[in-house]
Amino acid sequence: MNKLGKILSNINRQVIYLLVFLVVALPMILGIKAKVTVTEPVRKAYEFIDSLPPGSFILIGIDYGPSTFPEMNPMLYALLRHAFKKNLKVGILALQNAVNIPIGSQVLRAVAKEYGKKYGIDYVNLGYKPGWDAVIVSIGREIRDVFPEDAFGTPLDSLPITRNIHNYDDIALVIDLASGGTWASWIQFAQARFGVPVIIGVTAVMGPESYPYLQSGQIKGLIAGLKGAAEYETLIHHPYLGVRGMPAQSGVHILIILLIFVGNIGYLLQKRSKT
Amino acid sequence: MRKEIPFLISALTAMFAVLAFFIPHKPFGGLQQKMLVWYSVVTGVAMLIGVESLLNNHYKRIRRRENILYSSFLIFGFLITFVLGVYSIRKYGDAFAPNSPFMFIFNYAEVPLQSTMFALLAFFIASAAYRAMKIRTVEASLLLAAAVIVMLGRVPAGAQLWSGMPKFAEWIMEIPNLAAQRGILIGVALGSVGMSLRIILGIEKPYLR
Amino acid sequence: MFGVLMAIILSLNVQVFDTPNDDGTSITIKLPWQTGRYKSFSIYRGTSPDNLKLVQNFVVGETYKDRGLKPGAEYYYKIVAHTKDGKTEETDVIGPVKTVATWFNKNRFGILVSIIILGGLFVYFIEKARSGAELFIRKISGLEAIDDAVGRAAELGKPIVYIPGLLGINSIPTIASLSILRKVAKKAAEYEVDLIMPNADPMVMTTAQEVVKEAYLDAGRPDIYNPNNIYYLTSDQFGYTAGVDGILIREKPGAVFLQGYFYAESLILAETAHSIGAIQIAGTTSTTQLPFFVAACDYTLIGEEMLAASAYLSKDPVTLGSLKAEDYAKALIIIFLIVAILSKVIGFFDFTRLLIAK
Repeated sequence: MNKLGKILSNINRQVIYLLVFLVVALPMILGIKAKVTVTEPVRKAYEFIDSLPPGSFILIGIDYGPSTFPEMNPMLYALLRHAFKKNLKVGILALQNAVNIPIGSQVLRAVAKEYGKKYGIDYVNLGYKPGWDAVIVSIGREIRDVFPEDAFGTPLDSLPITRNIHNYDDIALVIDLASGGTWASWIQFAQARFGVPVIIGVTAVMGPESYPYLQSGQIKGLIAGLKGAAEYETLIHHPYLGVRGMPAQSGVHILIILLIFVGNIGYLLQKRSKT
Repeated sequence: MRKEIPFLISALTAMFAVLAFFIPHKPFGGLQQKMLVWYSVVTGVAMLIGVESLLNNHYKRIRRRENILYSSFLIFGFLITFVLGVYSIRKYGDAFAPNSPFMFIFNYAEVPLQSTMFALLAFFIASAAYRAMKIRTVEASLLLAAAVIVMLGRVPAGAQLWSGMPKFAEWIMEIPNLAAQRGILIGVALGSVGMSLRIILGIEKPYLR
Repeated sequence: MFGVLMAIILSLNVQVFDTPNDDGTSITIKLPWQTGRYKSFSIYRGTSPDNLKLVQNFVVGETYKDRGLKPGAEYYYKIVAHTKDGKTEETDVIGPVKTVATWFNKNRFGILVSIIILGGLFVYFIEKARSGAELFIRKISGLEAIDDAVGRAAELGKPIVYIPGLLGINSIPTIASLSILRKVAKKAAEYEVDLIMPNADPMVMTTAQEVVKEAYLDAGRPDIYNPNNIYYLTSDQFGYTAGVDGILIREKPGAVFLQGYFYAESLILAETAHSIGAIQIAGTTSTTQLPFFVAACDYTLIGEEMLAASAYLSKDPVTLGSLKAEDYAKALIIIFLIVAILSKVIGFFDFTRLLIAK
């Protein structure tokens, strides 16, 4: 009993890593599908965007980097598809890091092409601006104070999409996709001071931290992690990277639970043989 | 004076920042914004100090023949990225232009490397959970039960086991989890206020000799 | 006739006034959006009634703030409403409305009261501590274990690695981390243990070099201080993580301190440190990373325990007094929460309105 307990309590970490690898890789290779249940925070985000009249301008903050792009990019794909389907106007910007903008603009170009949208008329790339809180507050006064031109040097007054956009009064919604702390700044400055609606998309581990803001009504919706992206894809009836990742995610969660049980059985067997 | 002047600068800056929060009238109203801009400028310049320290450190290691391979690779990588970045700006007007060599390094080196590091978390979570989640006490058992329910509720498999699992997992995240987090956050906020007051009043000076 | 009537109704429902609690550069216009009758509004503004120019078209929603105005100036407005059935209705010229810069933002009165109460508690307890009163602070095992951790590294003949997190010198957890660093560095100097500190921020690096140098001086061992051990790695999150992991695996430290603000890299660092058999003392204010540290590390300072470290370690009466003030402030907050919840439940008064800063 003690020997079995010892074996179960001391599984080599390399064996654990191998099991994780197999459980993630095999569902993707075999193309296993999973059904996704939509939760309330994502449904709220979807319903708010769905309620916006066509032609409304939404601003999307691309505040995640290469490390989290596998988790966050599916959200951006789903949001852009929904926005373009509803004929909303989309602007992207980055506050956290200059390298975030190319990640977002690649997705924006690809989805815009799918829906036949034109740059400068249906979407715009404002680029990266350092300063974080200062930028968010400045947009509340006049967006041209911080973004006089788009990412390619074209003055905002020359672009049909931004000609009449001056501050948050002209912006129907701000969506921040963040792996850092920018989402809190958007809530603290844009939503609290200027009253602009905010939806946030964050990594799964940051999801719990953001719930208080959803509960208090400071954000209109919350999309957390790959599951959040999968739920949004389900709502827009366009399964993509999020839905595809769900079988692998399910597998890993179940594996971890099994490992915890095995570890505890080993621990109890050892405890019993000691007494 | 070496201690007094920095303390005076920090105390006065703090005082103006607090005044700017309560007084919208000029000249206090836009002060917070201006200070944030100044801070961005200072951190930008500080980055140069950091880069100099990094390169100097590794150059010294190469001279001492310590970890030559790692240090050489770092300096080589830095130079290649810098040179290609400058070249991309000159040829394409922007280092992040889609066809630039800088974007090539970004897309095919930086992005996969960063994603790989983040992916390590999946493996480490498995080994950490296996090692740490033992039912040693009542509290540890409750933690384990909550973790299992939330893990199942956050994936489609959980909904297939029991249709109420996602809702139960959400309830755990929104009620007990949030209550605990808010308690910790209130404590942290008070601790931050305490620390800030100690720094403003000069009781604590970690940035000074 | 109908048009005139609708224009009168529109005029009655539009309100134009100086935006309260601002720097005098905006005027607020309240629009009858909730009637559901209108598609959008156009706002005309001028400094005299016959000099009105279009300021904004396609305005939607209940409120519009006209910004960028001159404080103390007078403005006139006209609102043109576009109905859903394609008609337009105009108000008469409204004004003059004068912009006024206020000297105190009344929305933040509750915050001011809170600061005064908190400040008062601080002053009281600091004075009490200065007068020699004994102030009890409970034991924090993570901080008590610092000596043992450094001692263990000394016995094994291995260095210590100190990881200060990702944020810059302007963040409170980083400043708290530097206070703990001072104690760790002093002990390391006494035991002649190498202290390695990779940094993600250049300003934290320069400050840390000063802190460690001072600590070695205090311990009477400035000769063994090595500034090359405290260096900048990279500000990139996972570049830093990869670099630190490499250092841990190559140097095989006896003790690892993870003190500061961490994001997703926390578990990667903690697990790597565990795999090389180091004793780990972690501390962070990040509620999302605390569970990982609690699971993977030997000791964890949770939230404000880390912020209390400087007072706890120095045992200085003045800083201990400020800790006591924080505790009493927390007690006041608990009482306020209970009163506010009961008050809202019985429908007496909504206290939260006093505390939301606009």
